[in-house]
Amino acid sequence: MKVIDAAALDYKTLNEVLRQPEHDYVIEGCCGQRFIGAGMSDRNITVNGISGNALGAYLNNASITVNANAQDAVGDTMNAGKILIHGSAGDAAGYAMRGGKIYVRDHAGYRAGIHMKEYKKKVPIMIIGGCAGSFLGEYQAGGILIVLGLQEDHHPIIGNFPCTGMHGGKLFLRGDCRNLKFPPQVTADIASFEDLQGIMDDLKEYCSDFHYDLKTILSSPFTLVTPNSKNPYKQMYVAN
Amino acid sequence: MSIEFIYPEFEVIRNENRCITCRICQQQCANGVHSYNSETKQMVCDESNCVNCQRCVSFCPTRALKIVKSDCSLRENANWPENMMKEIYKQANSGGVLLSSMGNPNPLPVYWDRILINASQVTNPPIDPLREPMETRIYLGKKPEQVHRMADGSLDCELPPQLELSMPVMFSAMSYGSISYNAHKSLALAAKELGILYNTGEGGLHEDFYCYGENTIVQVASGRFGVHEKYLNAGAGIEIKMGQGAKPGIGGHLPGTKIVGDVSRTRMIPEGSDAISPAPHHDIYSIEDLRQLVCSLKEATEYKKPIIVKVAAVHNIAAIASGIARSGADIIAIDGFRGGTGAAPTRIRDNVGIPVELALAAVDQRLRDEGIRNHVSLVAGGSIRSASDVVKAVALGADACYVATAALLALGCHLCRTCQSGKCNWGIATQNPELVERLDPQTGSRRLINLMTAWKHEIKELMGGMGINSIEALRGNRLMLRGIGLNEKELEILGISHAGE
Repeated sequence: MKVIDAAALDYKTLNEVLRQPEHDYVIEGCCGQRFIGAGMSDRNITVNGISGNALGAYLNNASITVNANAQDAVGDTMNAGKILIHGSAGDAAGYAMRGGKIYVRDHAGYRAGIHMKEYKKKVPIMIIGGCAGSFLGEYQAGGILIVLGLQEDHHPIIGNFPCTGMHGGKLFLRGDCRNLKFPPQVTADIASFEDLQGIMDDLKEYCSDFHYDLKTILSSPFTLVTPNSKNPYKQMYVAN
Repeated sequence: MSIEFIYPEFEVIRNENRCITCRICQQQCANGVHSYNSETKQMVCDESNCVNCQRCVSFCPTRALKIVKSDCSLRENANWPENMMKEIYKQANSGGVLLSSMGNPNPLPVYWDRILINASQVTNPPIDPLREPMETRIYLGKKPEQVHRMADGSLDCELPPQLELSMPVMFSAMSYGSISYNAHKSLALAAKELGILYNTGEGGLHEDFYCYGENTIVQVASGRFGVHEKYLNAGAGIEIKMGQGAKPGIGGHLPGTKIVGDVSRTRMIPEGSDAISPAPHHDIYSIEDLRQLVCSLKEATEYKKPIIVKVAAVHNIAAIASGIARSGADIIAIDGFRGGTGAAPTRIRDNVGIPVELALAAVDQRLRDEGIRNHVSLVAGGSIRSASDVVKAVALGADACYVATAALLALGCHLCRTCQSGKCNWGIATQNPELVERLDPQTGSRRLINLMTAWKHEIKELMGGMGINSIEALRGNRLMLRGIGLNEKELEILGISHAGE
């Protein structure tokens, strides 16, 4: 295990160190350095301190744990691996992620899971323990987004305009959220037992990662939001 | 017939004396125009499906066919041209947004045709390219401001990453999905042979084409289709698509019907699912945000790849380019409003954006004025149609040009402008295996190589005529250009004098 003191390092130098052939790294004193672990694979990176924007961008099967909040664009275009945030994530977490897992203990900002997609066995999953901001899951084309709303501080579980342009994947919201305002091209229903079985392994893993109680989480019903069509714009055009 | 009827645009003229009812036209037409009537033993046609792609004409063994514009016309009206009236009918029939393909066909100014090139006489002799070496090789990327020396006095030859081109032309972005596997293969083979680059577009890179990586630019757009670490490292450079000349402010949208088989695998999205790549990157709202994407791509590729930022030519392009030059990008690609597309809303294609000639001149001048021209290379695209267009673009300030429509024409495209239908009879803009097979990548690449080799000769001849033996000495050399029939403002923006001055 290699311990890196990030206090005096810029992001470029920090990533150069992370590209060494070690397997386990601990970054101490991280203070907003961007692009940590960008495109990296086969290593464990623990970040003590606040990671900067685009943490784990294009991540290719590495594991990153942040013991603090993370800034914007966590796991941008992530392909495989796991990112654990022991705190909140900024805006656009999981932008266009296609594989791997992002687990956020607390909240996520605007546009979480935008452009999330899946392909065959590559089904990305993002679980947000607290609330998610507006524009959640815009253009979602695949993958699984779960918002648990566990920190009940009178904040609504999600902000405005969720699922705009959604045409694939699943969004689970803990609680009966059918009365929230969704766009017409999606359907929100109470998740069935089978639906929940599909995410049970991930919820178990999430609970063990963050010491949440699975029973408490499952004590409430879940709302499942799915798109009505994978071709939402089909009828819009006429050949000219 | 009814109120919804629109008379077919084209007529199929068959010379019955020449027709041998071989039915080749029937086999060649994916639009189902031609059919055989077994009772009369004659070929018949339904011209309402004809798009005038000239496939049947080209393959008729007896030259029995021709396609002509129908003379059944609406009453003439200068305010209401026929196409505009028909567009109204189409929208009244369907309620749909008009969707067109390829570049803006309207008679708007083509500044290339209003610019003339200089030639040397007497005092500064022309150079004969057949006799003397002419250099058309260029390098795209950041150039150092000044010469640096090491401690021992030797030259510091360390440069930021560069793209090397044997001539100032690249094939611009066309995604696998919008064009076929064989079209992509033709471009890749030709780029390798020619020592230039082709561009994947935003649909990912087919696994068979990773071997052409040194001649490939991989594109990253807002939808991030097929983008992963291996893809980013596969190409010689990475292009961030911010905009496209044919549809500035509009994103990509490949309908689910075209997401089949390998296209689905290459884009890494399920078959039948729409591929939506909206105009905004939702993590980019400023030059600082663009810088973040540029830097994240550089981090993921360890600073070995130059980053291109492609934008559509729009109002204020000079200020936009100045911002991009400060974002850490190595190359700016400017796509003019006449650039092609596999599908774009007609109103956007025909009304949004500006000519690349004006945009290029404005950008080059602004970057020079701000002393940052060396921070980036400039690539101009959006209907570069000939070697003389290339030479004019270089003299206006481009380091290189992007060509796509010209390359498609070399592959057989006849500009019928119905790419969006997916029924391209020339095997280019289609994913139908039977149609794709019609384009042989060996033939296609040979034709592309022929075209570019011819252009290279022409570029050398034009350079030789000006007494210039290196294309880099022509870059931004606007004294080599004169305008013809342009007003003062146009000349001012282009930074050239009028012919005779």
